[in-house]
Amino acid sequence: MADATQTKTGAAMPALLGGLRVVELASDRAAYAGKLMGDLGADVIVVEAPGGHASRGYGPFVDDKADPDRCLWWWNYNTSKRSVVLDLATEAGRADFRRLAGSADIVLEGEDPGVLDALGIDHTQIRADLPGLVWVSVTPNGRRCPELHEPTTDLTILAAGGLVWNCGYDDHSLPPVRPSGGHAQHTASAFAVMGALTAVVHRDVSGIGQHVDVSMLAATNVTTEVSSVDFLYRRATNQRQTGRHASEHNTMGIQTMTGDGGYASNPLGLTTAGNYQAVLDWLRELGLEDQFPEAFFLQMGIDRGGVSLKVLGQDVEATEIYRAGREALYLIASQLTTPEFFVQAQQRGIACGAVYAPDEALADAHFRFRGYPVEVEHPELGRSFTYPGLPFAGEAIPQAIRRAPLVGEHTEEVLAELE
Amino acid sequence: MNTAQGVMEAAQAADVPQPRSGSNALSHIRICDLTGLLAGAGATRFLAAFGAQVIRVEQPAHEKHRWDFLRGGFSPDGQRSGINFGGNFNNHNVEKLSITLDLKSAEGKELLAKLVAVSDVVTENFSAHVMERLGYGYDWLRSVNERIIYVSNSGFGKSGPYSDFKSVGQVVQAVSGLSFVSGLPDQPPAGWGFAYMDHHGAYMMATAVLGAIIARNRTGQGQWIDFSCTEAGIGLAGPELLDSTVNGRPMRRPGKPNSNSDNFPPMVPHGVYPAAGSDNWVAIACRSDADWQRLAEAIGESWALDPVLGAFTERMARREEIDGRLGAWTSGLQREQVEALVRSAGVPVAQVARPEDRIEKDPRTRAWGLWPQVQHDEIGEVRVEGIPVHMSETDWSIARGAPCLGHDNDFVYGSLLGLSVDEIAGFKARKVI
Repeated sequence: MADATQTKTGAAMPALLGGLRVVELASDRAAYAGKLMGDLGADVIVVEAPGGHASRGYGPFVDDKADPDRCLWWWNYNTSKRSVVLDLATEAGRADFRRLAGSADIVLEGEDPGVLDALGIDHTQIRADLPGLVWVSVTPNGRRCPELHEPTTDLTILAAGGLVWNCGYDDHSLPPVRPSGGHAQHTASAFAVMGALTAVVHRDVSGIGQHVDVSMLAATNVTTEVSSVDFLYRRATNQRQTGRHASEHNTMGIQTMTGDGGYASNPLGLTTAGNYQAVLDWLRELGLEDQFPEAFFLQMGIDRGGVSLKVLGQDVEATEIYRAGREALYLIASQLTTPEFFVQAQQRGIACGAVYAPDEALADAHFRFRGYPVEVEHPELGRSFTYPGLPFAGEAIPQAIRRAPLVGEHTEEVLAELE
Repeated sequence: MNTAQGVMEAAQAADVPQPRSGSNALSHIRICDLTGLLAGAGATRFLAAFGAQVIRVEQPAHEKHRWDFLRGGFSPDGQRSGINFGGNFNNHNVEKLSITLDLKSAEGKELLAKLVAVSDVVTENFSAHVMERLGYGYDWLRSVNERIIYVSNSGFGKSGPYSDFKSVGQVVQAVSGLSFVSGLPDQPPAGWGFAYMDHHGAYMMATAVLGAIIARNRTGQGQWIDFSCTEAGIGLAGPELLDSTVNGRPMRRPGKPNSNSDNFPPMVPHGVYPAAGSDNWVAIACRSDADWQRLAEAIGESWALDPVLGAFTERMARREEIDGRLGAWTSGLQREQVEALVRSAGVPVAQVARPEDRIEKDPRTRAWGLWPQVQHDEIGEVRVEGIPVHMSETDWSIARGAPCLGHDNDFVYGSLLGLSVDEIAGFKARKVI
């Protein structure tokens, strides 16, 4: 697989993970991990039950026609994989699975604790004969805590893991918010990849494989930035706020509506003298200075050499200057579209982000210039579609990703390779 | 797979001096770490916990704004402050070493070259063009060490019209679309109450480092991987992004996002519901008709037991009404009671955990050993985050807090790079280190 991969420079360097074989038992929990490794050039073989894995029924569907081979959930999380259908309820299926595992560097699975053991194909049973094999399990609470197992979904893991507590609105009569997209799986899968590759690095040196146990709940817990650390360090409990960091004490807003009804985020405000000069100039260019009687604060910001974020709330004058700087920016934002405000603010040296919808981001000129959106051929439909590509650039980074496999598309091909 | 290479690496491993963490997984890897904040330091944190020797290179100058923004702060009791007291810095830099080095001086460049020459990996998350401006681009790194692995991490990548744009986690989250997909209908974007993409950027950066080490084990060649954090964020949008590119259905449309309710696969009920008391919430998700059946019996009220609601399509059509009635039921109970009742019905449920709930009270994080205690030279004993990955043979180890500024100058410049005591003193006197 490695040899044939074309890279962004067209050089002959093998794909980053070319030559690694991953055998993945299809799951919700680890699908994104398999995709990442597959897109980076690993030979990822996803094993599905007859008829295909349940996630092929999650939707949405191409042209809204429900079909296991038209499911966009499946498409999104299974690019660059090959599909093998095995019936693990039969001894023949399990024998094929053992042979497949024997050909792998990494086995990746997200089964509930006990499921594979009952089938006689858990890591303890298979690794006994394969000392170099790396086996990655992704479960809600980790394999080491089977007695704590319970039914979960993305939503309940993100709630229990602390993410949801931090997200939402200043108005606490509104519920806290779970960002959509499947982030319990994304986060656990990122750790599954890091763990798997760490184990492979060690295996390359020592010849010794191992079991890599990933807890989705633990992964969420350590992916909440200051929320965990502020409590661990000084027992502070941060409270959610609209569009900005949850905080022990209320902080100034950073998100504003733009002239077209969209939003932009200005997380750092104006800090340097140059920032204040830039905004003062910008107000003048737009003819807005008369509408902003506090423009003298901007001049004060220039004269005092900017405002450090560390003195906000302590230095009254600095805080007022900083607040006026934000209000000036918000006035400007109200006159421009979201992309105009974002790009012009950044060109003037101010950290700012357009609150794009993901499809708007994918269509943005910067990411197109970089070749981030990629066209993926779907010969079974005679069409091609735009997918998000890889966030990496380099000679060993594959330029193309392959569409997700049809149900059992590679069963014969892969089993023949094992003969 | 490449045994000869493995033997060579193992031989090198024997020469690597301590200190490093107690794990042997990556104990043969040395990282010259120019990263900072969470987006960069979070990547090398994971590698350090698994035994890599991570040497953070920091500015010696006593100038404002030159150190990692998180480095300074107050002690946990608020009584002491200084450049070694940042709580987040301590968390993000456990098991690392710190040296000081003025990257802008000619002598500093010579010292950096010595360090790069004995390193496997160079990592950085400066703004996109800083390394080139400092004279430390990939061509220079490779001229110093032909096999070097270089991983760079910036908000928008090193090419393209936005490559000079300023970026922090909240900018990345906004521009990638992640802030947009967190919200309730008819409300502004709720966004993320923390720098989610600093974490994910760090995870992808660590992935790039590990992948490049594996590639080098096979080919003998180093490489440069440039990572764009915003692109990683777009890639986390989930299947709805393909619904847009494939089915032409824009993600910005009336009623969207509705991120507590909407899900793939769709579920009803699915949401965050109020419990008794102040700002108490419980998340409930019914995966199937069978889940709903059991939940309805646990609720035991006539509306819930209406057999019509047994069908998913009917529940979806009456989603708002069901959410209202379910919320009325949960709000009459303590959150622990809701959790216990729904869990005993076999339906996924969780309290919206506060930090104290998940750090102090959750048996699952305790059983995992998720909050290890470290020893920091000035802060003392303090708890930090563990790693959500346990390995059966070479598990992570986190015992040492973040290094004080320049803590390892003598070890790195002396033991590792072979400078004499007098030479080190001279560099210090000239403020190179």
